[in-house]
Amino acid sequence: MTAILRTEKLRVEYRSREMRQATKVALSGLDLEVGAGEIFGFLGPNGAGKTTTMNVLLGFVPPTSGSAYLFGIDVRQPIARQRIGYLPELTYYYKFLTAEELLRYYAKIFGLSRAEMNRRIPELLKLVELEHAAKRPIKSYSKGMQQRVGLAQALINNPDLLVLDEPTSGLDPVGRMKVREIIQRLKNEGKTVFFSSHELGEVESVCDRVAIIHQGELKAIGRVAEITGKHANLEQAFLALIGYQMQPAS
Amino acid sequence: MKNIFAVAGVVIKELYRRKDFYVLFIVTILICVVMASINIYNDAHIVRYLKEICLDLIWLCTLVIAVTTTARQIPAERENRTLLPLLAKPLTRVQLILGKFLGCWLACGLTLLCFYAFFGALSASREHQLPVANYFQAALLHWFMLGIIVAFALLGSLIFAAPSSNATICFVLIGGIMFVGRNLDRVALTLREPTRTIVYWLYFVIPHLEFYDMRDLVVHNWPTVPWLYFGLALLYAVFYMGVFLIGACLVFRRKAVN
Repeated sequence: MTAILRTEKLRVEYRSREMRQATKVALSGLDLEVGAGEIFGFLGPNGAGKTTTMNVLLGFVPPTSGSAYLFGIDVRQPIARQRIGYLPELTYYYKFLTAEELLRYYAKIFGLSRAEMNRRIPELLKLVELEHAAKRPIKSYSKGMQQRVGLAQALINNPDLLVLDEPTSGLDPVGRMKVREIIQRLKNEGKTVFFSSHELGEVESVCDRVAIIHQGELKAIGRVAEITGKHANLEQAFLALIGYQMQPAS
Repeated sequence: MKNIFAVAGVVIKELYRRKDFYVLFIVTILICVVMASINIYNDAHIVRYLKEICLDLIWLCTLVIAVTTTARQIPAERENRTLLPLLAKPLTRVQLILGKFLGCWLACGLTLLCFYAFFGALSASREHQLPVANYFQAALLHWFMLGIIVAFALLGSLIFAAPSSNATICFVLIGGIMFVGRNLDRVALTLREPTRTIVYWLYFVIPHLEFYDMRDLVVHNWPTVPWLYFGLALLYAVFYMGVFLIGACLVFRRKAVN
């Protein structure tokens, strides 16, 4: 398996601004490897370190120790981001731009030619079903439409690796289904998708492999069936792995 | 360079899609047209007062546009989280800073062009002459001074997270430099050591924005400034823009953007 994304003993510490508080460990020696063409689910409760891992992978936060690589290139080098697409959680794109202008802006940063832009942008707007709203300012978009324009911008460079941070967060069931269909389509095209989610049912249905992280430590990694094991479903396995004790019904 | 121009293009687009510029431009036109239509005290030189008021308004409006536009650039990107998808692309932080600077500076240039075109038309209609070389020197020096202010506000926006606090601090410091900065050497003479040395040091460190004030030259139709001094003033501005931009890049380089 060719590793597209790899972390080695990744550790991130945040120093608290308050003097009496100790240093907070966000990630503690995380080892991950995601192969080409995989859909990889990255799970964990809130504050587990999922977004921090993505922030390190994308060069937003420097690791305290350890290293991270995309396509074998150290993530601190901007060239490592040439072949990736990223959808952050809850982003409010430039209100004064239209979806078409936003995609053109990002396409310019990737150095796409004018001909390529003219072909790729309508294609993406069709994929995320926003052709009808392409010339409307983003400020008039609903939350679901904003999330879809975010997905389109993540795909503008036809990336080999997609990093999605809770792509279905805040979407209605139809919106969630559409995002899931797009992820499935990307898998069929041979793309690698690395995404975090709290929707365990969704993860179970689309992911090849998953990793569960809790308090900055990797608790489990493997195929969905391997992790589920003797538990009824992924949710039960997840709760057991993070040490959640279910209260007996009175 | 294409990345820098892409970022700059969006900044300019933002300026002309927001209402700030139009509001200030229309207010300036209205005040000046009203002033031009009356002749207070029947003074034959009233056109000079009119030109002075119009230039003061242009200075104030462009200063407001430069500081408020620049101060919100990076904080707005952070607040709306658009900084994340942007930096997840092959765009370096230095390119982002330079793009933001270039966009804000060019936007100020476009604004100045509109204001000075209006000013030229207004004064030419009253004086029946158009000293193009004077206007060129005044506008270009004004634009370079705005370049220093834009670079300074950009550095401030990386230090102070809230655009409002950054804008307020910028207005206070720029106002202080404009009104007090030129007299600091004389103030130093009245002080004792070590305050004297500190004030002298401050006098030489701050950018002297008064070098770019050509309002009297335009108002009284004085001859143009020697071109050598004009060129040196531009170089002086470029030096300070560079200092503030390097500072901004150093601050932003290691800053976590999550």
